[in-house]
Amino acid sequence: MTEPLLSLRGVTKRYGPVHANTGVDLDVRAGEIHAILGENGAGKSTLMKLIYGVETPDEGTIAWQGELTQIGSPASARRLGIGMVFQHFSLFETLTVVENVSLLVPGTKKALTKRIVQLGQEFGLEVDPLAYVYALSVGERQRVEIIRCLMADPKLLILDEPTSVLPPQSVELLFDTLRRLSARGVAILFISHKLEEIRSICTHATILRGGTVTGNVTPQDFDAHALATMMIGRDMPHLSPAEAVQRGANQLEISGLTLGTDDPFGVSLKNIFMHVAEGEILGIAGVSGNGQSELAAAISGETALPKSMRDVIAMLGQDVGAMNPATRRKLGFAFVPEDRLGQGAVPELSLVKNSILTAHRHGMVKKGMIRHGRAAAFAKACIAQNDVRTPGPAAEAGSLSGGNLQKFIIGRELMLAPKLLFLNQPTWGVDIGAATAIRRRLIELRNAGCAILVISEELEELFELTDYMQVLSEGRLSPRFKTSETVPEDIGRAMIGAGEGAA
Amino acid sequence: MIAIEFILAGMLAAATPFLLAALGELVAERSGVLNLGVEGMMALGASVGFITVYSGGGHVMGFVFGALSGMALALVFAFVTLGLHTNQVASGLAIGIMGLGLSAYFGKPFESFTVTGLGKIAIPGLSDFPVIGGLFRQDIVVWLSLIFTPALWYVLKHTKLGLLLRAVGENPHAASAIGYPVILIRLSAVAFGGLMAGIAGAYASTIYTPLWADGMIAGRGWIAVALVVFGTWMVGRVFLGACLFGAVSLGGIAAQTVGLAVPSQLLASMPYIVTIVVLGIISSNRRLVKLNGIASLGEPFEK
Repeated sequence: MTEPLLSLRGVTKRYGPVHANTGVDLDVRAGEIHAILGENGAGKSTLMKLIYGVETPDEGTIAWQGELTQIGSPASARRLGIGMVFQHFSLFETLTVVENVSLLVPGTKKALTKRIVQLGQEFGLEVDPLAYVYALSVGERQRVEIIRCLMADPKLLILDEPTSVLPPQSVELLFDTLRRLSARGVAILFISHKLEEIRSICTHATILRGGTVTGNVTPQDFDAHALATMMIGRDMPHLSPAEAVQRGANQLEISGLTLGTDDPFGVSLKNIFMHVAEGEILGIAGVSGNGQSELAAAISGETALPKSMRDVIAMLGQDVGAMNPATRRKLGFAFVPEDRLGQGAVPELSLVKNSILTAHRHGMVKKGMIRHGRAAAFAKACIAQNDVRTPGPAAEAGSLSGGNLQKFIIGRELMLAPKLLFLNQPTWGVDIGAATAIRRRLIELRNAGCAILVISEELEELFELTDYMQVLSEGRLSPRFKTSETVPEDIGRAMIGAGEGAA
Repeated sequence: MIAIEFILAGMLAAATPFLLAALGELVAERSGVLNLGVEGMMALGASVGFITVYSGGGHVMGFVFGALSGMALALVFAFVTLGLHTNQVASGLAIGIMGLGLSAYFGKPFESFTVTGLGKIAIPGLSDFPVIGGLFRQDIVVWLSLIFTPALWYVLKHTKLGLLLRAVGENPHAASAIGYPVILIRLSAVAFGGLMAGIAGAYASTIYTPLWADGMIAGRGWIAVALVVFGTWMVGRVFLGACLFGAVSLGGIAAQTVGLAVPSQLLASMPYIVTIVVLGIISSNRRLVKLNGIASLGEPFEK
C-alpha cells in the first residue's frame, strides 16, 4: 500500500468538558474518496477544522506526506495543498465570480477568467466567470467554491456536506467532478450523513460516533442499514407507515398566487396553485432560493399581499389574504419558520417567554398581564412531551442545540392543537434521532386529522413523510405528485422542468 | 440669465466641500463603517486649517494640518468602534459633537478673522465663452477634486484594493476567513474618511469663504453623509449630488439678488429640503439600494 497523504494518530480535541474528538486515527491516500460519516454532533466538523487548521488538536499528531506537521491556520493548510469547500459558502454575493476568485488567487483578471473556463471544462464545473454571485444558483455557487480551491492545485480537497444543498441532477454532476479529480490523484474527504451517496461514490469510509472512530470500512461492502447502525449505534428508528386517511375538507387553498419582488436577491412567485386537506401532508420540494422564503411569507401572512391577490389564499374556510399573521393564528393556523433563532424563537429569552410568544392565547395572559405560572407549566410540559434536552424552562433559547430548540418550537406549535400546520425546513441541521422524532410526531398529528404543509430540501424526508408533493422551481409550483406513486427522478425532473416555463 | 451665469460659475466651488467629505465617507461606508462624525471632523479641519493659514503657514500647510486633525478625530472614532466594538451610530454622533466643540475652542481667539483665499485658474479659450465661461475659472482645489473623483472611481471599481474594500463591507467574516485583516482595512478606510473631511473643512474656511466663524460648517457634513446614500454608494452619483446641492444653495442667493419675494429662511433651507426629497425618491428604488448597499454597514465585527 502507498504511504498515506494525510495521517492522524490519536487526535483529541476538547472544548471545556466536551470531548469533540477522542483518539481519532485517520489515513487518507492520494486519489481516494474518503467519507467521514457521522450524525450531527459526532465530531465531523471538529475533525475537519483540525485538518484545515482552524483549530489545533490538544493531543495526537498530524502527518502530511509522511512528515509530522503543525497546521496552524487555514493559510498554512492551503500552502500544504489542502483545500476546503464549506457547507455555507464563503463567497461575496455582490462581486463577480472572477472577482471572488481573485481575492484568494493571485493573477490578472484576464488570466484568472481563462483558468476558470479551462478548469470548468476539465472538471465539469461550468460557470460564467463574469456573472455576479447573487445571480447564481446554489449548485453554481458550489462550483465556484470548488474552482477557487482547485486554482491552488490542492492535493487534498475537503467537502463539508456538499450535497445537502443540491438537487439530484447537480449531485450527479458533482460526483462526476469528484471522480475526475480522484483520477488525477487528488484525495477527497467527503463529509456526509447520507448513506446511499457514500455507497455510490466513496472508496473508504471512516465512521464517527460521539467523537470516536467506530468503523473503518469499504462502504460498498455494507448496506445502508448496516452503515446507519454503525453511525448511530443502534438500529435505525422506523417510521410508522402513513395510513390512508379519509380525505377531508381543504384547510389551505391557494388559487393562482402571483407575487412580484423588489428584492434583487428574491424570487417572484408565478401563478401558484395548491391545496392541503385535513389528514394530509403536502410536501414542497425544491432547492432553497427558488421562492421558498417568498411562499412561506405569503402563507404565514408576513408579506402583505397586493389588493388584487387578496382573495387567492383561503385558510380554514376563510379568505385570509388581508389578515396578518396573528389573525391567521387565531383561526387555528400554526407556523414553524425556517430560521430557528430569530423567527422561530428569540434567542435571548427563556423557553418560558418563548412559549408566550405564540401560545399566549392559551390562558397565559389575563387583562394584559402575563401569568407566569401558566406559561412555565406550558413550557415544562412542552419540554417533557418532546424530549427536549435542556437544564429547564428558564434556559435561554439560544443556549439549546439546534435539534433541541427545533423540538421545542415544533412542540410548542403542536400544543396549540392547530388545524393547519405549516413547517419550513423542519429538520434542517437537526440530528437523525431528533429528526425522526419530529417526523413521527407530524405523522401522528396528520392521523389525528390536521392538515400539514412542509417545505423541505431533503427529498428523503419528503418521501418518508408526505402524501403528496409539489416542486417549487424558479417561483413556479409543479402539479401534484402522489408520493406513493412517485420516484425521486420524477421530482428531480420537475426541479428543472418547472423552471422552463409553462410548457 | 445673470442668475444662471452666477450659479454655473460658483456651483463647483460650492460643491467641493460636500464632494470631498462625501467621497471620504463613501470609502468608510464601503468598508462597512458608518461614520456619523463627519460634521465634527469637517469643523475641526476648518478651524485648524484656518488657524494655520492665518498664522502664516500658507494654504498647503493649512490643508495638511486640517487633514491631519480630521484624521486624528477619525482615528479616535475607529479606536472605539473597531477596537472596543462600540455602537457606530452613538460613537459617531458623540465624536462629531466633540469635533464641533474642539473647533469652537480652537477657533475662539480667531472669531470673525479673515484670510486671503486663492486665485482662480482659468482654462484659456473655454473660460471666455459667455454664460458657461465661469465654469472654467476655478481654484486649484476644485480642479484637483475634479481629477481626484474619477481616480477614486477607478480605484474602487478596477483595482484589487477597491475589490477588497467591497468584500470587507459585504461579508467581513468571509473576508477574514480567507485571510484578510478586516479591522486594519476598516481602520484605514475610516482614517481616509476623516482625512477627506478635514480637507473639505479646510477648503470651506480658507478658500471658499476665507474666514472663521463658529458653526460655519453649518450642516455640510450631514449633507455629505446623506449624499453618500443619495448616490447609492457610487462615486459618479455622489459627484452629481454634490453639484446639485452646490447649485441649489447658490440658487438661494441668486433668487435674493434678483429680488424674488420668498423669505430668505425658506431659500436657505432649500438644500436641506431637496436632500430629503431626493433621498426619498432614491430610497424608493429598493432594488438599486439593495444591489449597491453595504450588507455589513454599521455592524461591529468580531472574530
